[in-house]
Amino acid sequence: MKRIFAFLPLVVAVVFGGFFLWGLNPDRDPNAIPSVLISQPAPQFDLDPIPDIGTPGLARNDLVGNGGPVVVNVFASWCVPCRAEHAVLTGLVERDGITLFGINYKDKQEDARRWLEELGNPYARIGSDLSGRAGIEWGISGVPETFIVGNDGTVLYRYVGPVVGEDAISKFREALIQAGALKRENS
Amino acid sequence: MIPEIGHFALALALGLALVQSILPLIGANRGKLLWMRSAKATAIGQLVLVGLAFAALMRSFIVSDFTVYNVAANSHSLKPMLFKVAGTWGSHEGSLLLWTLILTLFGAGVAFFGNNITETLKARTLSVQAWISTGFLSFMLLTSNPFDRIFPPPADGNDLNPLLQDVGLAMHPPLLYLGYVGFSIVFSFAVAALLEGRVDAAWARWVRPWTLAAWTFLTGGIVLGSWWAYYELGWGGWWFWDPVENSSFMPWLLGTALLHSAIVTEKRDSFKSWTILLAILTFSLSLLGTFVVRSGLLTSVHAFAVDPERGLYILFLLTLTIGGSLTLYAWRAPALEAGGVFKPISREAGLLVNNLFLGVATGTVLFGTLYPLFMEAVTGEKISVGAPFFNATFIPLMLPLVLLMGIGPFLSWKRADIPGVWQRLKFVALLSVLLTLLVGYLTRGGPLLAYIAMLLAIWLLMATLKEWAMRIRLFDVPFADAMRRARNLPRAAYGMTLAHSGLAVVMFGMIGSSAWKSEEVRFVTPGTTVAIAGFDVTYEGVERVRGPNYFSDRGTLDVKRDGEQVTVLYPERRFYPIAESSTTESAIRSTLAGDIYASIQEPAADSADESGAWILRILYEPLVFLIWIGSGMLILGGTVSISDRRLRVGAPRRKAAVPTNATPAE
Repeated sequence: MKRIFAFLPLVVAVVFGGFFLWGLNPDRDPNAIPSVLISQPAPQFDLDPIPDIGTPGLARNDLVGNGGPVVVNVFASWCVPCRAEHAVLTGLVERDGITLFGINYKDKQEDARRWLEELGNPYARIGSDLSGRAGIEWGISGVPETFIVGNDGTVLYRYVGPVVGEDAISKFREALIQAGALKRENS
Repeated sequence: MIPEIGHFALALALGLALVQSILPLIGANRGKLLWMRSAKATAIGQLVLVGLAFAALMRSFIVSDFTVYNVAANSHSLKPMLFKVAGTWGSHEGSLLLWTLILTLFGAGVAFFGNNITETLKARTLSVQAWISTGFLSFMLLTSNPFDRIFPPPADGNDLNPLLQDVGLAMHPPLLYLGYVGFSIVFSFAVAALLEGRVDAAWARWVRPWTLAAWTFLTGGIVLGSWWAYYELGWGGWWFWDPVENSSFMPWLLGTALLHSAIVTEKRDSFKSWTILLAILTFSLSLLGTFVVRSGLLTSVHAFAVDPERGLYILFLLTLTIGGSLTLYAWRAPALEAGGVFKPISREAGLLVNNLFLGVATGTVLFGTLYPLFMEAVTGEKISVGAPFFNATFIPLMLPLVLLMGIGPFLSWKRADIPGVWQRLKFVALLSVLLTLLVGYLTRGGPLLAYIAMLLAIWLLMATLKEWAMRIRLFDVPFADAMRRARNLPRAAYGMTLAHSGLAVVMFGMIGSSAWKSEEVRFVTPGTTVAIAGFDVTYEGVERVRGPNYFSDRGTLDVKRDGEQVTVLYPERRFYPIAESSTTESAIRSTLAGDIYASIQEPAADSADESGAWILRILYEPLVFLIWIGSGMLILGGTVSISDRRLRVGAPRRKAAVPTNATPAE
């Protein structure tokens, strides 16, 4: 009897451990609150370009009729993770040919221009959101955030935080494939 | 260069930890003194090396070396120096380094001060401690290197989360960790005792100061966190039953149980396997807390940036530590011989009931905290468990415990007589009821539960004071004699008196601020006056102030009572442009009777900005300050108890000098 009692704590601990192992499943995100914009038309906004970089500005109408889904990335030069994410996005544009638009969120235009000069500019269009108004319309919780918008202007997917690291990239690629922006690689 | 030295020091520390994991243990089994004693050098060596790594990281923060990724992500050149230093433990990697530093600190502490412990037990304990540090050092080196470089380095950093830029919170993690991790050494003692197959009164006496130290630090850490939440989060609550708060609270509850059960092991050579189990479980809950915060398992305001790889590694560590120790427990514990027998009415029985209540309360908190995870795993439904559940389950468990806390110290060991105890306590009981009726008359209305809790808190305070008065025979012998007795009481006895009455004082604060709180939330323009709890608070307006790394909108509130000026409050709303977020700095006027608490929030509409309208939240929380005073008494109680001669390291054994009628309790 005493022996059985002595084993009890171990049994309880093992049961807990099982639940924890389940809980660590990378696809499970307890903080995930799906964006209210998903399956809704993208919000109205109209942003001026950053001067002197030769990339046009970004407005709601530009999201429609690109012959496929587009990726809208909210970034800023003051955001350290954006720097890491930049390389991933550049790769997606150069190797996979996705269309990438940028919203430069609450950033000094001078800083943004220097940042793009230093790291390169993969964006087809960049809207300068000085006031953060467009950010509010999109309902972002921080920078960076990345959206996939369908050809008809419907928001298909939202990724919060930098698309950096294997997990994040494969998750994001999967979303691009779902949206039809990318073909599934044969492997 | 210096970050690399720090990194290298960690690798060396891991090497020492590996040696210490094995060598002293084998030495203890084969009776090789030299092998056993090697633990002292390696334990101190680990502390020095991890300390070096910690200093290296702190330097990177102080000089704002943004080539280190950790610094770039969590610091900013304009941040005040105090918060640059505190930034060292503001991230996952840095706090893990602090965790490990404290782990090695306690290991070195036992190596250095534990001269009266038998060689074999000390060697085994330090080996077990080294297993834990091996686990955490390798975790850090493999998945969370705090010294990772970034290239090209950013021009400036990302700033620390502004909510965390606060003096109280800068000190919160170190204290909390000293508590959390302090239980590691108690755990190591327990596992070493299981390996050795012997638990006796001496073992309990060696473990006790470490348990007390960890408990005292943990109390301090929890209180600081609670205090921070009270004045920083801007809505006047001091406890939220957030998963991370709970995971610091569970080791505290179980650690409290451990403190009490270890007394029985020390005095009566009983409760052995129970004390061992508590020691293992208390540290297991600390580890669980670390796991919950870092794995992203549950949703919490505290959660660090998480990635599943880290979570998996910690789970692996958890499995080894908890699974391993509990297996050892299942195997060895039944062989521990039972000690002294006791009657159902005795101090032992009282402490057993105390342990039962604390254990069940811990289980309840654990269940409530993890229930969302269980639910999601079984049904796929996402739910959250909040304050209503905990209030409904935890409070009813605590109230009988408080009733018992008053009686417990009056019970004698082995067998106690109820009529005798009642004889001593009946006036206390009567007085408590009368005082509660007085409180009822003064407050005129409130929840029944508040009055029950009030009665019990008064009872606890009175009974604790009565117990002290009896020990020094106040009023029985001439006053000077009583004072001489008071001076000669063991410090452990004062520790108990302070801690028990401290809890009563904390309860007054909790009851007052929950049951008789008044709250007003208003949309105000300059000149608006809000009446609350007899005070008239006039909003004068908001002005823009500049801080080192933030802008602030500072409101001015004129507080009057019956037309007379009481004070002026300046609540602030700060905006940190670099971190892109805002914090609330509430303004509080504290008196023993109650706090006036004010915070302002941004106007709801853009247009309201021009008219100068703000959302003003004012609370009057009676007695809330007593929570902090009572917590101070708990901490002081723990500290006084550690300094007891009986536990002091190296103090010569004193015989007969202790008054014979004194039974040092806690």
